[in-house]
Amino acid sequence: MAEFRMPSLGADMDAGTLVQWLVKPGDGVKHGDIIAVVETQKGAIEIETFQTGKIEKFLVDVGTKVPVGTPLALIRTEGEAKPAAAAPPPLAAAAPRPIPAPPPRVAAPAPPMVPGEAAVAASPAARKLAQERGIDLSAMTGSGPGGAITYADVERRLAAAGVAPTAPAERKPGAWLDLAAMRTAIAAAMARSKREIPHYYLEHQVDVTGCEQWLAQKNAALPPDSRLLIGALALKAVALACRRYPAFNGFYRDNKFEPSPAVHVGVAISIRGGGLAAPALHDADQLLLDELMRRMRDLVARTRAGRIRGSEIADPTITVSSLGERGVEALYGIIYPPQVAIVGLGKVVQRPWVIDGAIGPRSVVTLTLSGDHRVSDGHAGALFLAEIGKLLQEPDKL
Amino acid sequence: MQQDAMQQQPVHAGTIETTYREAVREAIRDAIKRDSRVFLMGEDVGRYGGCYAVSKGLLAEFGPERIRDTPLSESGFTGAGIGAAMAGMRPIVEVMTVNFSMLALDQILNNAATIRHMSGNQFGVPLVIRMATGAGRQLAAQHSHSLEGWYAHIPGIKVLAPATLEDARGMLWTALQDPDPVLIFENVMLYNMTGKLAADAGAVDIDKAAVRRAGRDISLITYGGSLWKTLEAASSLAADGIEAEVIDLRSLRPLDDATIMASVAKTRRAVIVDEGWRSGSLAAEIGMRIVEQAFWSLDAPLGRVCSEEVPIPYPRHLENAAIPQAPKIVAAAKAALGRL
Repeated sequence: MAEFRMPSLGADMDAGTLVQWLVKPGDGVKHGDIIAVVETQKGAIEIETFQTGKIEKFLVDVGTKVPVGTPLALIRTEGEAKPAAAAPPPLAAAAPRPIPAPPPRVAAPAPPMVPGEAAVAASPAARKLAQERGIDLSAMTGSGPGGAITYADVERRLAAAGVAPTAPAERKPGAWLDLAAMRTAIAAAMARSKREIPHYYLEHQVDVTGCEQWLAQKNAALPPDSRLLIGALALKAVALACRRYPAFNGFYRDNKFEPSPAVHVGVAISIRGGGLAAPALHDADQLLLDELMRRMRDLVARTRAGRIRGSEIADPTITVSSLGERGVEALYGIIYPPQVAIVGLGKVVQRPWVIDGAIGPRSVVTLTLSGDHRVSDGHAGALFLAEIGKLLQEPDKL
Repeated sequence: MQQDAMQQQPVHAGTIETTYREAVREAIRDAIKRDSRVFLMGEDVGRYGGCYAVSKGLLAEFGPERIRDTPLSESGFTGAGIGAAMAGMRPIVEVMTVNFSMLALDQILNNAATIRHMSGNQFGVPLVIRMATGAGRQLAAQHSHSLEGWYAHIPGIKVLAPATLEDARGMLWTALQDPDPVLIFENVMLYNMTGKLAADAGAVDIDKAAVRRAGRDISLITYGGSLWKTLEAASSLAADGIEAEVIDLRSLRPLDDATIMASVAKTRRAVIVDEGWRSGSLAAEIGMRIVEQAFWSLDAPLGRVCSEEVPIPYPRHLENAAIPQAPKIVAAAKAALGRL
């Protein structure tokens, strides 16, 4: 029997509220199916299962807020016989946090650590640090033995500080987005980024006249809802450049950089009424332009409707942000931790430009890079930006 | 078992390949040569060369005045050693194994450990008692006890557990300089251990624990024969990315609280490995001290790997299952880290 658990959709997520089941007990599910909707600080997220089988039983009631890692449902995987009467005991749905089971002990009669009903399982070291720094342990999830909160958990919490304990937000039916919670999450992530990441900033101007001409030609034959935008070209170029310069694609965690073999470009999408999300366009380096454009449109539409998938929130390995359509010529982004780079895309402007010794009108865009100086240096950043510019000179090869 | 496995081992230009047994013998030879008041006394230590061949050749070298065979009478010859020490000699009494020391317990507890107190400081007992301890040789329940923890309960004596060649070679002389009784426990599984020892190795301190392997994730606290199993466990933990710090207590009484607490303050977790039985064990005492002195540093429940609470079995597989082994230590460490 496999457990379908409340996933972690980022380092700063402690808990989520189960909003809706999209399946019912007895339904068959397969790897990748979306089976539940969960509300987090980042909005309502559709959660995929990684198991194939039949939904055996729901363990958590809709509307319940549970810590990350809590089993939400049992999935009988293929080949498993239907169990006898002895089903695992359901979790007390109303409990604010599950009482951790005692850690498995090798040696026989050790007294298990079972905190009382109201107690928070936290180590003495964690309690001391939390008290000194004014952290509320009851709002936290532990990673220690039996799920106890450890010193390192409190440290992580402090690192993500600025995160106010979220009051349970009032949700109107059908309103998927909690903008106040999203603002809190953005505040935490951005404050942490500026506190921890030594940013450096580079700017590079690229002649995209060729791109515009190529796009005009290609789009002439296409209906408006299939037309390619220059943003798609830029996104693809960034993704390809990441393959050549892996120091900008990956995560910085536990004092070291982990380059990512896959390129999942986070697309910064503003949300009406305020708020921002940057869900991943998976494997952007391998998508043909038409497919990339289609997925980008889908991602924007779903994000603005508040329906992002869990994997899209957690996966981005680099972010691309553009404010060109709002007239901004150069944008210097703040890196979204644990990523290590964000590329900014400005407005395409007509400029007098020198080509082959003569001045002429050209379409020019300003590319910027905010890089994590712990991982890369300005020189590498310059090469990375130049590579993007070079790729944009041959749009037909993107 | 190779001592090379140990980190932080000083490298000397002049080293010799030796065994734990030879290191203890060398310590006895050295003491007898340096101090005319020193003599060795015990069952079969002379003609037979010692049950574990530690004193082999010493009778021929030093004669029966200095190497004295005794009757099978632990209470008698331990008492004689106490008397000799009170009268100004520096005896080394060898009790063949800790299993037989029960017969001498009255002498050790009621005389050796109390005379200074009872005589109003008129007499002291500068006596060293050596004995073998531990299981692992298929000698069955009556010959496989690990009772050093019991002796560590007694005020008035010191209890040492040399685990390395340096300590086997160096603790005896320092113990002989002590004005009060010192018990030295030699684990039976260590006598054949080979390794390199400085040619000029000599006396070492007997009041400090040693960090045998540095680490940041968990403190593994042990002594004697279990040190090597614990270091083996630390190596396999390292393969899983867990950096264990291994503390060799060296002295079981007094305990070096400062070294233990400094380590726990750093790692915030501890597992104690002790071949004694769990209930009322030395491990229990160490665990309690950690709770008393380092509670606010702890990040996980303390763990213990002790012997199972059974008479040590004779069959090899059951004997191995009854005493601490590296996989048990690994499992206990991982449990403390929430990694099971």
